[in-house]
Amino acid sequence: MANIPKYYESLNLDYKPPRGNWMDRPLNIKSGIYCYPARPNVLAGIQMNDRSDWGKYWVVEDEDWELPDDWKERFLNKMRDMLDKYRTFKIYMDICVRCGACADKCHYFLGSGDPMNMPVMRAELLRSVYRGEFTKTGKILGRIAGARKLTKGVLRQIWYYMFQCSECRRCSTFCPYGIDTAEITIMAREIMNELGMNIAWIQESCYKCIHTGNHLGLQPQAYKECIDCMLGDIEENVGISFDVSWNRKGADILFVTPSGDVFAEPGIYTLAGYLLLFEYLRKEYGFDYTWSTYASEGGDFGYFTANDIAKRMNSKIYLEAKRLGVKWILGGECGHMWRVLNQYMTTWHGPVDFLEEPVSPITGTKFENAKAHKMVHIMEFTADLIKHGKLKLDPSRNDRLRVTYHDSCNPSRGMGLLEEPRYVIKNVCNHFYEMPENTLRDQTFCCGSGSGLNASENMELRMRGGFPRQNAVRYVRDKYGVNMLACICAIDRAAFPDAQRYWNPDVGCTGITELVANALIMEGEGPRTNNLRGFEIATWEPKP
Amino acid sequence: MDVKVSLGVSLGAVLAIVLVALVGAQVSSLQLVFGILVPYAAFVIFILGFIYRVVDWGRSPVPFRIPTTCGQQKTLPWIKRNKLECPSNTLEVIGRMILEVFAFRSLFKHTKAEMASGNIIYGGSKWLWLGALAFHYSFLIIAVRHLRLFVEPVPAFVNVLDLVDGMLQIGAPTLYITDILLIGAVSYLFVRRVIVPKMRYISLANDYFPLFLILGIGISGVLMRFFIRVDIVSVKELTVGLASLHPVLPEGIGAIFFVHVALVSTLFAYFPFSKLMHAGGVFLSPGRNLANTNRAKMHVNPWNYPVKLHTYEEYENDFREKMKNAGIPVERE
Repeated sequence: MANIPKYYESLNLDYKPPRGNWMDRPLNIKSGIYCYPARPNVLAGIQMNDRSDWGKYWVVEDEDWELPDDWKERFLNKMRDMLDKYRTFKIYMDICVRCGACADKCHYFLGSGDPMNMPVMRAELLRSVYRGEFTKTGKILGRIAGARKLTKGVLRQIWYYMFQCSECRRCSTFCPYGIDTAEITIMAREIMNELGMNIAWIQESCYKCIHTGNHLGLQPQAYKECIDCMLGDIEENVGISFDVSWNRKGADILFVTPSGDVFAEPGIYTLAGYLLLFEYLRKEYGFDYTWSTYASEGGDFGYFTANDIAKRMNSKIYLEAKRLGVKWILGGECGHMWRVLNQYMTTWHGPVDFLEEPVSPITGTKFENAKAHKMVHIMEFTADLIKHGKLKLDPSRNDRLRVTYHDSCNPSRGMGLLEEPRYVIKNVCNHFYEMPENTLRDQTFCCGSGSGLNASENMELRMRGGFPRQNAVRYVRDKYGVNMLACICAIDRAAFPDAQRYWNPDVGCTGITELVANALIMEGEGPRTNNLRGFEIATWEPKP
Repeated sequence: MDVKVSLGVSLGAVLAIVLVALVGAQVSSLQLVFGILVPYAAFVIFILGFIYRVVDWGRSPVPFRIPTTCGQQKTLPWIKRNKLECPSNTLEVIGRMILEVFAFRSLFKHTKAEMASGNIIYGGSKWLWLGALAFHYSFLIIAVRHLRLFVEPVPAFVNVLDLVDGMLQIGAPTLYITDILLIGAVSYLFVRRVIVPKMRYISLANDYFPLFLILGIGISGVLMRFFIRVDIVSVKELTVGLASLHPVLPEGIGAIFFVHVALVSTLFAYFPFSKLMHAGGVFLSPGRNLANTNRAKMHVNPWNYPVKLHTYEEYENDFREKMKNAGIPVERE
């Protein structure tokens, strides 16, 4: 594990960049602030460039990245291709005035002080190449016009810093032209795939997902086993036993959620929450849904590497819905999953005429905002249930918890899902406190590990990037005694425990549906002395 | 070192233009060049260049509808949505764009992050917004005021604008509020770039040059009005001639006028090849000018193409026995 600065007090940054021109700044690749490259067999397994046509594997800390002879041509050709395909890319390369509004908005900058993590600088890395290689003024005036040629050194810089952006778009909300650094990072990463330069954490997840249906690589029987195991835990803690259906044709609704929640704490309790909620709805209202092992991933790590891979991974959801003949699809709590579903999915695969416009079978509510897409967010679904009084709830079971809510970047800035989760929390918890407004809603911070950067070798970057959020959590902890951070993102639930052990060791992390299920009064339930995690409700002290 | 180079080159370029114009003004044959040919050429470059750039952007499609949502989406009817920050139809998009273009809405949100005893403090910071607003609006008003030089008779709204802008009249000639605002705002934007370390780090000659240029335009304009008077009748003769495509070159216009015109021409000609194109780009930025309606209305990607799928059939072939053993239904036994 990398050397991480000491707990909390170590962050004393003045955010002052060094003197001199950033173009002359030597690149200092630091252990703990990068992810390992993807292995060739993984890349080959998903038909991506595995470097086999020119050479070999590369090591990030080496000086020589083992590039092919025509590396520059490959890079620039792909860049030209992307410029022609995406108006965003072209405009964002052209119109930045360097006003500096984005400079102090990035969580990685705020946590590291590295001036190259100012969003404008991240973009300038690529923009300088754009000017130097694609524009006349840049070619003529060169460096004085902020232009430079693509060299191996420049390429190293681009790679290093494009994997220090979590595509959270916080900077873009402050940009007077809406320049979206996420878009630039997406372009840069896809361009660098041409040189086989990507990271293991993302590529392996893609490989597994394409072959088994989910990022974790759980085969159908293992996926089912995980959920059966949760059903056992539910029986123990709630006192009711039930089964769920798998790949069932003719079900009304297909449920898809990120696989991260099938496997690790605390996400598995969010999953237990879904199981319990749906069982409640089945018993009370005849809710009819199925799980799928084929479409067993809502998330899409392909989105962090290439449009092509993202689309391949995402395609299973509609394919499975069609095969099973369901009416519509319900989606679980996840961040980038919903950015992809909301902003890409129908464009990739639409029109979706094999499904029905989503209507809640319980309340009759038409989800008109999803009438073309045919997928509904679990928070929209649950908020509607609560509003119509369809859930019997005892929020006092969550009284040990003083909850705050973290808006995940993607549902906030790529969808606008802000009030539904709050409404749900307020109905299932009696103690809810907001963090400072500059860290919420459209201004929310990334957990520090988004866009496929949550590899353990990347820990220093993740802890630094997680600091702005954790700093705000610390504020409400001190002010209101907050001891639980709620979120609606599986990467949050994977990343927050690490970040909180580091910055806030006395605050836990939970998905919202876990809170719902704990408050839910099930028919025939046993004494609810324990919560879904198996802790005694009356004495529980949440920990990360 | 490089900051000095950037500043030096930018300032040097502007001074060189001033110098060339001063020399040109002394030679009557060159007055034709600087008074008529250069302005025409600059104007043509501006128009054609601007169109070219916008058309070039337009040639790249918008494959995905990816607005940055900054407010509550349209969802359940009882949840209040934010029409301007998360538009769900064209009208609301227009609303968002109007706020963005005319009020610099996003810049208004600007905060300043600082670290104090290990905590990040987010302070409100409206100076950038205010400076940008003051700069752009005073520039716009000054440009509109200049219509009186190109159109005869002078349109009524220009006269009204003139009157309002000159409200703070201190003696004759009229002192315009916008003149002061423009020079003040440009100076602020410049000083900010030089003294704020983050700004100095990110600034290029591309940023300093237009500031010097506009400052030069402002100063030469003020000089011409208050200190080095020019013959306004001759000036108007020339400008009206330019606008009516019957250019004439009256005698006796002061050299400072040629400096002013040379700087303005440079700005026009430089515009399409520079970051100043944000004026056009802001309207086309897909981060802002699209409605958040992806789930309600399909957006079509013109280059969408089929990808290699891992079909259910292949999946079942890979795992059939395991699925059967686990009691998961299969299509083929």
